[in-house]
Amino acid sequence: MEVGQKGRIYRVAGPVVTVTGIEAKMYDLVKVGDEGLMGEVIEIDRDKFIIQVYEDTSGLKPGEPVENTGLPLSVELGPGLLSSIYDGIQRPLPVLNKRLGDFIERGVAAAGLDHSKKWDFVPEAKPGDEVRGGQSIGYVQETANLKHKIMVPPNKTGMIKTIEQGEYTVDDVIATLDDGTELKLMQEWPVRVSRPVSEKLMPDTPLVTGQRILDALFPVAKGGTAAIPGPFGSGKTVAQQQLAKWSDTQIVVYIGCGERGNEMADVLTEFPELEDPQTNAPLMDRTVLVANTSNMPVAAREASVYTGMTVAEYFRDMGYDVSLMADSTSRWAEAMREISSRLEEMPGEEGYPAYLAAKLAEFYERSGRVKTLGGDEGSITVIGAVSPPGGDFSEPVTQNTLRIVKVFWALDSKLSQRRHFPSINWLDSYSLYTQNLAEWFVDHVAGDWEGLRMRAMAILQKESELQEIVQLVGSDALPDDEQLTLEVARMIREYFLQQNAYHEVDTYCPLQKQHDILAAIMVYDDLARNALNMGKLVDDIINIPAKAELAQIKFEEEYGSRLEEIETAMRTELA
Amino acid sequence: MKEYRTITSIAGPLVFVEKTEPVGYMELVNVILADGTVKRGQVLDTSEKLVALQVFETTAGIDTHCRIRFTGEVIKMPVSKEILGRILSGSGEPLDGGPEIVPEKRLDVTGAAINPYARDNPSEFIQTGVSTIDGMNTLVRGQKLPIFSGSGLPHNDLALQIARQAKVLGAEEAFAVIFVAMGITAEEAQHFMNDFERTGALERAVVFLNLADDPAIERLITPRLALTTAEYLAYEHDMHVLVILTDMTNYCEALRQIGAAREEVPGRRGYPGYMYTDLASVYERAGRIRGKMGSITQIPILTMPGDDITHPIPDLTGYITEGQFVISRELHRRGIYPPVNVLPSLSRLMNSGIGVGKTREDHKAVSDQLYAAYAEGKDLRGLVAIVGKESLSDRDKTFLEFADAFEDKFVRQGYEEDRSIEYTLQLSWDLLATLPEAQLTRIDRKLIEKYHPAHVAKKVAEPVPAASS
Ligand SMILES: Nc1ncnc2c1ncn2[C@@H]1O[C@H](COP(=O)(O)OP(=O)(O)OP(=O)(O)O)[C@@H](O)[C@H]1O
Ligand SMILES: [Mg+2]
Repeated sequence: MEVGQKGRIYRVAGPVVTVTGIEAKMYDLVKVGDEGLMGEVIEIDRDKFIIQVYEDTSGLKPGEPVENTGLPLSVELGPGLLSSIYDGIQRPLPVLNKRLGDFIERGVAAAGLDHSKKWDFVPEAKPGDEVRGGQSIGYVQETANLKHKIMVPPNKTGMIKTIEQGEYTVDDVIATLDDGTELKLMQEWPVRVSRPVSEKLMPDTPLVTGQRILDALFPVAKGGTAAIPGPFGSGKTVAQQQLAKWSDTQIVVYIGCGERGNEMADVLTEFPELEDPQTNAPLMDRTVLVANTSNMPVAAREASVYTGMTVAEYFRDMGYDVSLMADSTSRWAEAMREISSRLEEMPGEEGYPAYLAAKLAEFYERSGRVKTLGGDEGSITVIGAVSPPGGDFSEPVTQNTLRIVKVFWALDSKLSQRRHFPSINWLDSYSLYTQNLAEWFVDHVAGDWEGLRMRAMAILQKESELQEIVQLVGSDALPDDEQLTLEVARMIREYFLQQNAYHEVDTYCPLQKQHDILAAIMVYDDLARNALNMGKLVDDIINIPAKAELAQIKFEEEYGSRLEEIETAMRTELA
Repeated sequence: MKEYRTITSIAGPLVFVEKTEPVGYMELVNVILADGTVKRGQVLDTSEKLVALQVFETTAGIDTHCRIRFTGEVIKMPVSKEILGRILSGSGEPLDGGPEIVPEKRLDVTGAAINPYARDNPSEFIQTGVSTIDGMNTLVRGQKLPIFSGSGLPHNDLALQIARQAKVLGAEEAFAVIFVAMGITAEEAQHFMNDFERTGALERAVVFLNLADDPAIERLITPRLALTTAEYLAYEHDMHVLVILTDMTNYCEALRQIGAAREEVPGRRGYPGYMYTDLASVYERAGRIRGKMGSITQIPILTMPGDDITHPIPDLTGYITEGQFVISRELHRRGIYPPVNVLPSLSRLMNSGIGVGKTREDHKAVSDQLYAAYAEGKDLRGLVAIVGKESLSDRDKTFLEFADAFEDKFVRQGYEEDRSIEYTLQLSWDLLATLPEAQLTRIDRKLIEKYHPAHVAKKVAEPVPAASS
């Protein structure tokens, strides 16, 4: 391979450009045309190199020059990542905005990090220390709550010869190793290669999301994987944003992959105003956004999930818990399909390339709870939205995703149409972590947590069976105790499962409150059954005033004393 | 300008040309027939020796002797403020016999993507005067909100009613309507034009007409010309532009035709795999930009083939737009206008456009409650058909009656009836008041005490004014 050698464009068809006259490796980054549009080698056919170009190719002509950088597509990792918003190939959107105006014109390179800003580096290692790849040698206090650890790049090892202290840019040398290796605040990493870890561990702690149906019924573990498939308008994006807002991780990477521009603008206006419930700092401080919207170039959309994942891995390597949301993985798969069809590859199911399943698996495999090279524990939890055509879950992206992920949150348009949000279907969804995490909830929230969960699920299951009968004979024909079951199931759905993301209190529900609401519903269930046995009329039991009060608890911040009053009232009314 | 006579083959709308000089991807091309007629086309694939063009008009009359002129530039739209009030063809030529438009600028019609960082959140409530929209699926400035309809349904009337009545309360600002016809009949187009003329809207409108008998491939370019014009008016002349695109189904058919001609691997139902991306490049051109006064609001109309909402055209549209209004054949048959089925309808930007200081604090909760109650009432209708009304509980009966009243009073309104948001909310409360109060679980206690007619009556000790319809 020769770096900087010049080739020529042979053919242009959409985002796929064929060039000749260069010697490139697969996935080398090349600069295409007079404007130097960025692209990546994705196929080699004898002397022809097929490039996917990350920018619009209108006007590009055969004969224009092409230059090979000889390097793979990489991201810059270092202080300054937090609260950034990037496009799919890590160009900061505010920088593009400043340089190009409101529309993204093409042919502009922009570095991922600010190279002029100085950061205060605090060393924690000293000359003579032996260091390995991934080990931290000091830190930059990037935000009030986050020490940005400066790590030895994974592939380096040696003895520290010099180490500095003070204000440095990401390009300054802050330490040297005995073999002459220079360490900087910044490192680069190719996006398609996962960063190494020392060991993968079993996930054992829940990702606490403050979303009742997720935490209580279908929890995901830190380091786990979850998919949210659903038809349009069923609540994938709202769910992803809720997770990005309220999950108890130190870092959140949010990838808007082929979705709406306004949704990213929404995150940008809202996140700086909201507080992280753990630290009370602005949510934006812990967030990195990757925004490659549906109208931005499709090749960069394909790259965006890798860009986001590499950033997530970098923070995980510091020993942090990271959550990564990708909205939507279907758009990423479609980008692969589009490129694949331009390459005239043999299509697999529904035109997707045959390697779709492998790519999805590779992506989700980059999640996990790990022991880092530096010896800490870190995790990446991956939550992918899936947008199945026509809402039909039997399509390839949903099916291949479900084969990999451990948690399935199935969105249901029947629920969203009646504004039951989050419209997660409680019968179709599942979590394979419930067993592993039960102990954590029992230890950290309440001893009866697991019992309540199972009881609630059983009631909901029973409801669906009873509903089938009701459809045939009407609810009045059911025996009293079954009518009561329907009523308690309704309470679970309306008082507990429904959660309004736009209500200032209801948007986040602490675990203790989740437990208390569910427990109160079960108290009613017990009292009601008792009252029925004592000969009270089912209509009277259903219509006690205290029960309606319970519906309001989720909207109240200081609910404790109110809940006690309600329970007392229920006892009197049902005595 | 390079000119060739080297057409090697013609297949449907595609023309293949051999050439020697480099030709740019997406470059505009003129095909000149023996009699001097000029047809326009665009480069879809360019390599060292061969170029593939898509011709916007029919390829009828083109033979291998035609002259091909490469213009060296991508398609541009000439714009100036004089364009307001003009009627243009689907490729931007004046149709109204008026003078040529002296361009102030010529803009690339592809339109670069708005930097998401430069976007401003659409949050200004547009009152359309239609209860099902304002009350339950609020439209805001800068939103893209399509009408999903079926053939023979009154989607055009609804679009016209919105265009006529839409206003931002308390604002007097420059606005414009851009009407884009793609493959609709002359009669339908005339219906729009008559209404524009009747209300004087034509002066503030730009009309692009590609009718059913105009070339199908031209439809691929028409919305781009229109949106380029919209961007010019919105971002350079501070206007609030409403773009009505009808019928997107015809646009998608043209897309499929090109895909088939290129022998591409077809996606679902024969539509190209990149249809999502292509539609996004149209729909995402709605919005607001920070620091700019103007805005672009889009109301695309599409007819769902076979009334099937899972068909790729409505499906991919719904995945891009910020909600949808769904027109129901059932309501239409029952004589209810506007036949908006609120259940599958949605406005995703509603939350940022309503509430305290915009509409009213109870708006969101009232809307959620209407949804829940109506959905329940509709389910019960199915049950009643099987088990009869007698076997319903008293509670269920109130929901059943609610659903009927809701359709009759709330959904149904006149074609010229322009309801204020206060009126719509009052109507909502009157309807909700027919349900047992304990069933209003979507509404905060405080709001019930403040707005529920029973409580209001208690407080002021006089009857609430009944809603007139
Ligand atoms: N938890 C929630 N609370 C309140 N409203 C919600 C909630 N979840 C979803 N919604 C409502 O549903 C609408 C659609 O949700 P969302 O935009 O997340 O759908 P989506 O599945 O991402 O759709 P698409 O695939 O088209 O992007 C939102 O605009 C909001 O009005
Ligand atoms: Mg979404």
